[in-house]
Amino acid sequence: MNPPIRVLVAKPGLDGHDRGAKVIARALRDAGMEVIYTGLRQTPEMIVNSALQEDVQVIGLSILSGAHNAIVPRVMDLLREKEMTDVKVIVGGIVPDDDADALKKQGVAAVFQPGASLDSIVDFIRQAVTAA
Amino acid sequence: MDMAVAEKHYTTISGVPVEPLYGPEQLGDFDPRRDLATPGEFPYTRGIHETMYRGRLWTMRQFSGFATPEETNRRYHYLLEQGQTGLSVAFDLPTLMGYDADHALAEGEVGKCGASISSLEDMEILFRGIPLGDVTVSMTINSPAAVLWAMYLAVAEQQGVELAAVSGTLQNDILKEYIAQKEYIFPPRPSMRLVTDTIEFGARHTPRFNPISISGYHIREAGSTAVQELAFTLRDGIEYVEWALERGMRIDEFAPRLSFFFNAHNDFFEEIAKYRAARKLWAYAMRDRFGASEERSLKLRFHSQTAGCSLTWQQPYNNVVRTAIQALAAVLGGTQSLHTNSLDEAYALPSEQAVTIALRTQQIIAHESGVTNTPDPLGGSYFLERLTLDMEHAATDYFRRIDAMGGMIAAIEKGFPQSEIANASYQYQRAVEAKEKVVVGVNAFQSEDQPIELLQIDHTAEEHQVSKLAALRSRRDNGRVGRSLDVLRRAAEGTDNMMPAILDAVRAYATLGEICDALRGVFGSYQETAHI
Repeated sequence: MNPPIRVLVAKPGLDGHDRGAKVIARALRDAGMEVIYTGLRQTPEMIVNSALQEDVQVIGLSILSGAHNAIVPRVMDLLREKEMTDVKVIVGGIVPDDDADALKKQGVAAVFQPGASLDSIVDFIRQAVTAA
Repeated sequence: MDMAVAEKHYTTISGVPVEPLYGPEQLGDFDPRRDLATPGEFPYTRGIHETMYRGRLWTMRQFSGFATPEETNRRYHYLLEQGQTGLSVAFDLPTLMGYDADHALAEGEVGKCGASISSLEDMEILFRGIPLGDVTVSMTINSPAAVLWAMYLAVAEQQGVELAAVSGTLQNDILKEYIAQKEYIFPPRPSMRLVTDTIEFGARHTPRFNPISISGYHIREAGSTAVQELAFTLRDGIEYVEWALERGMRIDEFAPRLSFFFNAHNDFFEEIAKYRAARKLWAYAMRDRFGASEERSLKLRFHSQTAGCSLTWQQPYNNVVRTAIQALAAVLGGTQSLHTNSLDEAYALPSEQAVTIALRTQQIIAHESGVTNTPDPLGGSYFLERLTLDMEHAATDYFRRIDAMGGMIAAIEKGFPQSEIANASYQYQRAVEAKEKVVVGVNAFQSEDQPIELLQIDHTAEEHQVSKLAALRSRRDNGRVGRSLDVLRRAAEGTDNMMPAILDAVRAYATLGEICDALRGVFGSYQETAHI
């Protein structure tokens, strides 16, 4: 049997709305994954360091404030710097279609917009990690 | 018999079971004279005024703010021209967290979720051409509320308005930040001292201003049930009262100016029951727990806002309908003021067109629906009265549990309200996944989305705010700024009311970030232990 998938659920930026991050974290845990939740107000540096220390395969970023275009590219740059490009980054939150396309071009594996089902997120992570 | 019908389980959106039919037998020892009275009479279940909206409509108060104070000021003038009757300021995240627009952590966030206000200069621009003696203003600001309020009062002074004549509302509800919204700066106890300082200052100097709006809105948005929203909000209210009494104030000196803010969610009858139970519970708590005797101390006045978390990204025009139903519940529940969300708010801050439809929704309810013709028109409905009683009992049970923990701050430190809300939120999401709860356009009745026009906030707002701040820092009397911050630090280290020192610092054009840093230096910062 494969070891459980390890996921870091992170909440970057100043926003404190953590309902989505917590629901996703629980859903992933209920689906058998090992979930580390960073808590609030993490900088891209803190997130990438946690990902390295916790040896996760997936980083989930929850962003509802519209600051995704400032935050996500920094996370992707840091992952490249630290040669951690095998870590899958997924973003959830209020991200318009055009921005979502741009983030994917920068290496984000998936963007889940409001209304995405928990099952679709669980399935995506399983497939992305298995394929890697 | 149709087994499918017999077995289907009916619940409110909060998961409370609903019986097949309600009649007098469901009401038990309900006594209309004791439990309802007439509108305007204790315990105010039916409303705080005898004539309700026949006497005066609710205030239509759309929450708004984005980008720079210049742009937000233009939106305010537009809203007032459209017949809006009060203003409500949304601040951006750096402002909410007590950081100036040029702080490293503010990068990418300036003006995104509200107006960026770093100094008195920004506040002057925000209210340019708006007479603060005539318009009432509500400000959604919590951890640094005392600072933003001081800026507001300083602008009123500049306009020649007496403090005693300034009217409006400060949200200033720090407890729900620890519980739900999580925009806290300082630890709970110094934060409570700041709140108590504003309540005390308000009672002495701004008798027409509500220094606090005790808020269930964010608790509900974080995923609580209706009962949890009601119970945690009122128990927060009790905590603020206890702190003010401990300060040495008399209950009737400050209680008339405590105001509340509730969510207006989808479940129509459950929401109306929530508002009615809130008034009743508060009236009893104020009279019996605290011995308030002035009638105004007993009356729970509240603002309401339709549920942002109910808006869907899919089929956004459906949000107009959701908002109308929610707004109707708030009106039938006797709200004093109302914000209706715009159809595009699952995506972004609202466009001018979307916010106009939202305001028109209120105007249609007020002027076309006929529901304002008589107070509490649903009073006496078997179902509604049963729901109101159940809501009251369930909230009272939560009060007992929180009292037993040693009050709300102790409960927060234990993570009690936080975990109750997280559990409710997860259960709801699971029910949506299982299609036990239908969300139209999301897990049922799906179709292709129609694109909508969105408000765009670009990075020029941030550049504008940062350069304005640099100019201010070089132009102002920095010696005076430093001295005023020293005075504030000493006030914070002691026990005096900090409002006079904050006002002086603001008048010297000390920035929000500088003032909050001075207080961070004395009080420290708060970090919560994250649980999932």
